[in-house]
Amino acid sequence: MTRSEVAYDLAVVGAGPAGLAAAGVAARAGLRVALLDAGARVGGQYFRQPPDGFHATRPGALHHGYARFVRLRDGLGDTDVLLGHRVWAIEPAVGGGFAVHCLKGGRERAATVAATRLLIATGAHDRVLPFPGWDLPGVMTAGGAQALLKGNLVVAGRRVVVAGTGPFLLPVATSLAAAGARVVGVFEAGGRFTLAPRALTRPGKAAEALGYGRLLARHRVPYKGGRAVVAAHGDGELTHVTVARVDAEWRPYQGGHETIRCDTLAVGYGFTPQLDLVAQLGCEIGADAAGVPAARVDRHMRTSAPGVYAAGETTGVGGADLAALEGEIAGRAVVADARGVPAAAHPAAVRTEARRRRLAAFADALLRSYPVRDGWTSWLRDDTLICRCEEVPYGRVKEARDLGAADARSIKLLARPGMGWCQGRICGEAVARLAGEAPGPPRRPIAQPVRLGDLAAMNERTSDDDA
Amino acid sequence: MPDVVVIGAGMVGAACAYYAAREGLSVTVVDRASVAGGTTGSGEGNVLVSDKEPGPELDLAVLSCRLWTELAAEAGEPGGFEHEPKGGLVVAESDEVLRALTELAGRQEKSGVATHRVTADELAGYEPHLAPGFAGGVFYPQDAQVQPMLAAARLVRRWPGVELRTGTEVTGLLTERGRVTGVRTGAGDIPAGAVVNAAGVWAGEAAALAGVELPIMPRRGFILVTEPLTARADGRPLVRHKVYTAAYVTNVASDSEGLETSAVVEATQAGTVLIGASRERVGFDRTVSLPVLARLARQAVGLFPVLADVRAIRAYCGFRPYCPDHLPVIGADPRVSGLYHACGHEGAGIGLAPVTGLLIARLLTGAVPELDLAPFRPDRFTGAAA
Amino acid sequence: MTGASPYRLVGARPEPGFEIRVDGRPVPVVPGQTVGAALHAAGIRTWRTTRFDGRRRGLFCGIGVCFDCLVTVNGEENLRACLTEARPGDEVTTS
Ligand SMILES: Cc1cc2nc3c(=O)[nH]c(=O)nc-3n(C[C@H](O)[C@H](O)[C@H](O)COP(=O)(O)OP(=O)(O)OC[C@H]3O[C@@H](n4cnc5c(N)ncnc54)[C@H](O)[C@@H]3O)c2cc1C
Ligand code: FES
Repeated sequence: MTRSEVAYDLAVVGAGPAGLAAAGVAARAGLRVALLDAGARVGGQYFRQPPDGFHATRPGALHHGYARFVRLRDGLGDTDVLLGHRVWAIEPAVGGGFAVHCLKGGRERAATVAATRLLIATGAHDRVLPFPGWDLPGVMTAGGAQALLKGNLVVAGRRVVVAGTGPFLLPVATSLAAAGARVVGVFEAGGRFTLAPRALTRPGKAAEALGYGRLLARHRVPYKGGRAVVAAHGDGELTHVTVARVDAEWRPYQGGHETIRCDTLAVGYGFTPQLDLVAQLGCEIGADAAGVPAARVDRHMRTSAPGVYAAGETTGVGGADLAALEGEIAGRAVVADARGVPAAAHPAAVRTEARRRRLAAFADALLRSYPVRDGWTSWLRDDTLICRCEEVPYGRVKEARDLGAADARSIKLLARPGMGWCQGRICGEAVARLAGEAPGPPRRPIAQPVRLGDLAAMNERTSDDDA
Repeated sequence: MPDVVVIGAGMVGAACAYYAAREGLSVTVVDRASVAGGTTGSGEGNVLVSDKEPGPELDLAVLSCRLWTELAAEAGEPGGFEHEPKGGLVVAESDEVLRALTELAGRQEKSGVATHRVTADELAGYEPHLAPGFAGGVFYPQDAQVQPMLAAARLVRRWPGVELRTGTEVTGLLTERGRVTGVRTGAGDIPAGAVVNAAGVWAGEAAALAGVELPIMPRRGFILVTEPLTARADGRPLVRHKVYTAAYVTNVASDSEGLETSAVVEATQAGTVLIGASRERVGFDRTVSLPVLARLARQAVGLFPVLADVRAIRAYCGFRPYCPDHLPVIGADPRVSGLYHACGHEGAGIGLAPVTGLLIARLLTGAVPELDLAPFRPDRFTGAAA
Repeated sequence: MTGASPYRLVGARPEPGFEIRVDGRPVPVVPGQTVGAALHAAGIRTWRTTRFDGRRRGLFCGIGVCFDCLVTVNGEENLRACLTEARPGDEVTTS
């Protein structure tokens, strides 16, 4: 395997707003920085860009705050941007620092990047809940539909239903509509997103919410609260969904069902931070305001593991603004720590810290306003798949519980949900909730599938020495 | 009041409960976590005779192998635990190793192990994808596979006389005039006629609750799991048996604290390939060691070069309950009456669970055990016991 | 309808595309698109069947998390279509 000779002062994993901001700050301060991302372009999930081959003249049309993205991208300085790098494991290196093990490019060739410090800014992925028919082709995550559009300029479908919970449903619906899809409805299981509680109102966000309202109206997209897609139907592909009126606990009301014809359902119940790498590094993991696991950091974005920082959704779901700000703070802390000076001494520290507190409070309020309610379990039938990969239906999960599986791990051991390809990234939270537990931090020593041949070629000498 | 309380709902505790209840005893199994939540849920399901030197452990294994077959027949499918008597193929890297292996096989036969010598030319007939260049091997038809978590869960539930209490930690033992009369748990006392310590790698702590010492320590093992393989044209799995190199035999009996690996490679019913397991004495440290995973991968690819292009998607580790002399502890504790031990099976607790359960049930009912239990005596580690 | 399209929205002037073959059938690609996106754009929304129940699958998460979208590209098995950039001449097979 190729060993990189370059030892960076900082390796940033994830080129979303947090990673871009951090890399820029550190590189401009003179550190040698590598910015790694699995994607083909920088921007992450939020600022996902179409390929150059499209020659988009208005690339910002699909993004809020595109100008900021351009600033972040153009401010990377001398950062080495390593795209198409999927990090599958990070280990402390002999003699200090870290070895970041990647798979490079479409053919997934092994590569290792060495760095003294690490920033994990791996973002989040959609949180989904199982319901009957959710594995029919045509059912996608809301973020997936958005990625297809922003990253490939492909509209997920012609007649689209958007459903789930949280304000993210709105940009998904409006951008799909603007791109030509007929969005037949946005169904929010909680309450409609209007404005955040008064004390937390941020002018920018309020305008954003009003903007979505206007756009939905322009495209005649109905936006209804207290409604959930409780089943998807179709013979081999999605043809319609059942939308139910649900109570505050998300239990469907009797008779409150309607059937809606659609070829695509974009569904999302919030986000789950990607914590595989911080967990591998032994960083302490807590929970965000929604009870979802997230990396614990101090006010300089240092995790509990020396030399490891985290920013953006890795530390809790809070949106692009907060992520970029956290990246900036982390970048400054890395620079300060590398030079052995106090991180708080930076002139911008007080201002950014206050701003971060404000944004974080707003994000937490949002998370608390859009929790997942237990009533979703009443949508399940015995034959509803819980685990898509291993095709484990709800009935088998119940059987495992009857056999004495008292927790999520035992359910997994007996019935195999979470044992497949995605390693529980999709079904993990549902299984935890079915076991009556809060979702726990992941334990995935292999964060991306890696060829045994590549694994075998690794550290050939060092590991044979200790035989 | 149950006749017996079993501490631990792992494979061994489940087997103890099964056989005791089959003899008509009422049993309560308590576990602080879940059924199969300990080492049983973090190991593999090899039921091996091939990896054992002739001696008391092999005697246990030969009988246990037969018991597994009976249990599987009784359970049937569905409702079973994926018992698969696929056989094990041990291959030798050199003529010298082959001689040692063949010699071992000859001695194992005297203990009731069936063995077939396999020449270098015949290896491909057993395993078409095996790397060329091995000197030959020995095939062990008795070696089998079970799904240990399902097996533990199902055996515990087999008889109505067994009550399972999960989420219940044993925090003390009830004693009356030097005799154990039950357990104290976070959810109240459970008086019982006898207590069986099947607390796995934590059995030393359970024994300490009765004031006796059992030197049981953890020996860490990592396992690699691959992506599910695409079905093959011939409908047969890529790897047909349990396959490992003869180096394994020397590793198992090793006292070394350092890392040892001799990967056993096999295909599972879920379509994945399991590669395990390493052996290290590092306490209860769960930190993943990439060099260990790399070594396992190297050995697997060495056996089956086609695996180089197959991806690993998961790795996990578990802690084998390890005794200094590599033998389990099975029997009544002569130091405390009413207390029985069924623990310390190291890397063979799945395979040896049925025989352990059967022997404990014999003792509990006052019947004569099938095998001499002297080598497994609980007090064999204390100086005074000699 | 408005005739809105993502291309019009961002003012795209895509380069001349190329074709890949998916189970022998030609599928057009704009340079830089992923295999999954190209399939989806061509109206092919399902291309894999699961190994136990033969359920049909296509894109679900769209960002490499769910592994629903697996394809074989030029003989290389189990690549995520949503992450794998299509290249001229690619032979994609599905299972
Ligand atoms: C990597 C690896 C691979 C292996 N592969 C194989 C193999 O292929 N074949 C094989 O035969 N063996 C194998 N083993 C060994 C085998 O898994 C163990 O020997 C076996 O699981 C031991 O079973 P047990 O029931 O004694 O212990 P466990 O399964 O650990 O059960 C003990 C139970 O006791 C409970 N407990 C402990 N203390 C208390 C308390 N105070 N109160 C209440 N409950 C308590 C625990 O929660 C636990 O559930 C492997 C082990 C490892 C680590
Ligand atoms: S669609 Fe989920 S991994 Fe490709």
